[in-house]
Amino acid sequence: MWYFVVPEVVFGQDALSRLAELKGKSAFIVTDKNIVNLGLIDKVKEQLSQAGITSKVFDEVEPDPSLQTVRKGISLMSQHKPDWVVAVGGGSVMDAAKAMRVEYERPDIKAEEINPFISDLGLGIKCKLVCVATTSGTGAEATFAVVLTDTADQRKLSLINREIVPDIAIVDPELARAMPPGITSNTGMDALTHAVEGFSCTWKNDFTDGLCIRAIQLIFVYLPRAVKDGNDMEAREKMHNAACIAGIGFINALAALAHATGHSLGAVFHTPHGRAVGLFLPYTIEFIGEAREELWAEIVYSLKLEVPKGKKAASVLAQAIRDLARTIKEPLSLKELGIPSDKLNSSMQKLIDNTMADGSLIVSARVPNEEETEKLFRYAYEGKSIDF
Amino acid sequence: MAILFGTQEWADALKKAVEASQAYKEAAKNWEGDIYIIVEPDASYKYRNIMYLDLWHGECREACLIKDENEKSPKYRIFGPFTNMKQILDKKVDPVQSMMTGKVKVKGDMAQIMRMPRAAVELVNCMTAFETVFPE
Repeated sequence: MWYFVVPEVVFGQDALSRLAELKGKSAFIVTDKNIVNLGLIDKVKEQLSQAGITSKVFDEVEPDPSLQTVRKGISLMSQHKPDWVVAVGGGSVMDAAKAMRVEYERPDIKAEEINPFISDLGLGIKCKLVCVATTSGTGAEATFAVVLTDTADQRKLSLINREIVPDIAIVDPELARAMPPGITSNTGMDALTHAVEGFSCTWKNDFTDGLCIRAIQLIFVYLPRAVKDGNDMEAREKMHNAACIAGIGFINALAALAHATGHSLGAVFHTPHGRAVGLFLPYTIEFIGEAREELWAEIVYSLKLEVPKGKKAASVLAQAIRDLARTIKEPLSLKELGIPSDKLNSSMQKLIDNTMADGSLIVSARVPNEEETEKLFRYAYEGKSIDF
Repeated sequence: MAILFGTQEWADALKKAVEASQAYKEAAKNWEGDIYIIVEPDASYKYRNIMYLDLWHGECREACLIKDENEKSPKYRIFGPFTNMKQILDKKVDPVQSMMTGKVKVKGDMAQIMRMPRAAVELVNCMTAFETVFPE
């Protein structure tokens, strides 16, 4: 027995106007200063005001949101007493908003206590949650996962519970137009990693497979175009859709080893999430290798690529992903990422411990031990294909 | 040789399997907390079994059957009907998915479980590392 959970998804040009149809009195907008500066919050407020909804803005969400930021938001939210929480931003904003909404509705459950084993949260009584995506990567607008950073412990908390899924996901490509090329590329790699891991993890299922494959196809075609020209609105729309589709695909299966290693790296070196998981993706495909060879072949086939005689689909796929990453100017190794080798060495045990403790690891088709995890980091540092 | 489920011999075999598992040692190296695994009777099984495991930093310090649930106060209680527990031991369902769908329930410090989800998976792997025979 398993579940397939998805919010109402409103997508395409003018999807933001769904906000004007909401029923309610007050909204608490969760966002970051960059989104405010881009003028996107004005657009959101305008739609909400058409619905007769007043709004209060909390714009203090930082990249890799901390528990402390979430606490601050909850405090303000509790004063404002909204019937809608509207998250406008990328994964960090949407994750913070999901966590704030839980604790606002259920003060007895602290954000860091959100876990998949609790049920009957009874959300949706005090407020409902709308997530408006401004990046095309995390798919957080449609997922029930939250990643927060415990700054004291230098680790990321991957929290999950299917009841925290947003009520409405708004996927309006116009909101992604302002994304600079660097963010377009690394968030796109995040979406690709979701789709590949959702398709290949041990919890993959019939409901998610098609979504993941379609997302992979879209990303390979449209990500380079979106990076090259942010005003290519066809590419923007397809990437926005792909990210949401990949989000739905992976959250109902799960992400795996690239996420475990990527989370670990991000917590120590503050690498943007998409860049970190995307960098590890080809290495983890090679590491998992034989255990998922048929699935790698299915992906390769869906991309209309061929597996030459004597080669493995895992290595063809890993190379295709490296080629894509190179095209969009994403780093292929930790060295290219600019991590000094002495820092890597001094952080190695922390990187290993974080990886081993990451929830994503349990659905990897091949789980590395500590020694193999260290080798994964060292190979990824050198940009060396995995051969163990 | 297959070992009968719900016996002290089975608990001993599990303790040995934990001691032999490098994967468990790594996954649970920071784990602190004892556990009750409570198998509840259902249409296929008429007994109520309580197994106590004292797990500490990758080691199993004690594994025994308990008659009275109040005998100890473990940090965690994992409980579910026999049929659902058996499906896990038969590797027909994933233990974490089983907990996420409420087929098997967990009570205790969830924050620690969320920090070490692999410890739970590797513990179940230890349970399936030897052959089990179930009562008729």
